[in-house]
Amino acid sequence: MINGLLGRKIGMTQIFNEDGTVIPVTVIEAGPCIVVQKKTLDNDGYNAVQLGFIPTKKKSIHKPLKGHFDKAKTKPMRFLREFRLDYPETPESSSGSGQVFKGIEVGQTVNVEIFQQGESVDISGTSKGRGFAGVMKRHGMAGFPASRGTHEYFRHPGSISGGRTIRSRILLGKRMPGHMGCEKATLLNLKVVKIIKENNLLLVKGATPGSHGGILVIKKKTGRGKGKDAGA
Amino acid sequence: MYPVISIIEKEQLKRDIPKFRVGDTVRVHLKIVEGEKERIQVVEGIVISKKGDGIRETFTIRKVSYGVGVERKFPLHSPSIEKIQALRTGNVRRAKLYYLRGRKGKAARVEEKIGV
Repeated sequence: MINGLLGRKIGMTQIFNEDGTVIPVTVIEAGPCIVVQKKTLDNDGYNAVQLGFIPTKKKSIHKPLKGHFDKAKTKPMRFLREFRLDYPETPESSSGSGQVFKGIEVGQTVNVEIFQQGESVDISGTSKGRGFAGVMKRHGMAGFPASRGTHEYFRHPGSISGGRTIRSRILLGKRMPGHMGCEKATLLNLKVVKIIKENNLLLVKGATPGSHGGILVIKKKTGRGKGKDAGA
Repeated sequence: MYPVISIIEKEQLKRDIPKFRVGDTVRVHLKIVEGEKERIQVVEGIVISKKGDGIRETFTIRKVSYGVGVERKFPLHSPSIEKIQALRTGNVRRAKLYYLRGRKGKAARVEEKIGV
């Protein structure tokens, strides 16, 4: 079973519950995706499907990729991502490739109907870039008092080393200013509030990584998150 | 905003909301669920603020009750609002009537607009 999809973040809005409470939702255009390749245990060392999202023009892909799409007899796609089929581990997935790919064909369309209302999903995307950020924004350090004699030292990290054993060097991994954001971010166990099949829309409670129009990978919950909802 | 979002929002918009403006006095009929019973509570007051648009539009009403100023804010399209009645049109020249908070008695009135 294919357990994930590619999607595009559209934006946020809100939805009213019957009792009048408001649920903040992110609107995601999820799919339709097309199976471009099957990766098998025998051939590639693991079982996965490669999904393509958003058809594009032939001229905007390079030749090796064109060959890849020709082989699958699909339209050229703008985004390709792999989805593993090995998890959760079942007898079928560890024994061979035959069973795992049951009902999955190259060229097949996968749409938002693989998800259900009320289900939990994990969503990954590229977070918004913050540029070169200081320690207060990047690491949540406290900074210094705004008054009481602080002189030109408000958003600094304070001492970065000292003491007897580590004097004269700075520990590896010391949190410092630097580039923030624009990296992979994953949110676990987001609740699917609503599915609109006609427009391929997935409405998920809360925020998701990245800006509007950004590409998201949506997977059925992997159970990595904490809390009673996790597991399995 | 992407057009798709407005489709989602349009579905939830109420169509039977009467026109009222800041300064008007309105009566709001609220659905209140107590255990399994549902009853209607009526809240009345002067609209001192309206903000947002579409599904996110909210309004604030203010009333001086037993000498204490009470303000409540409602999402205009909330399903827990049974209905809204516009009672009186106010003659005001501000979009937000926050100045009423600092006033008492006669000075805290909003004059009625006559001949609308």
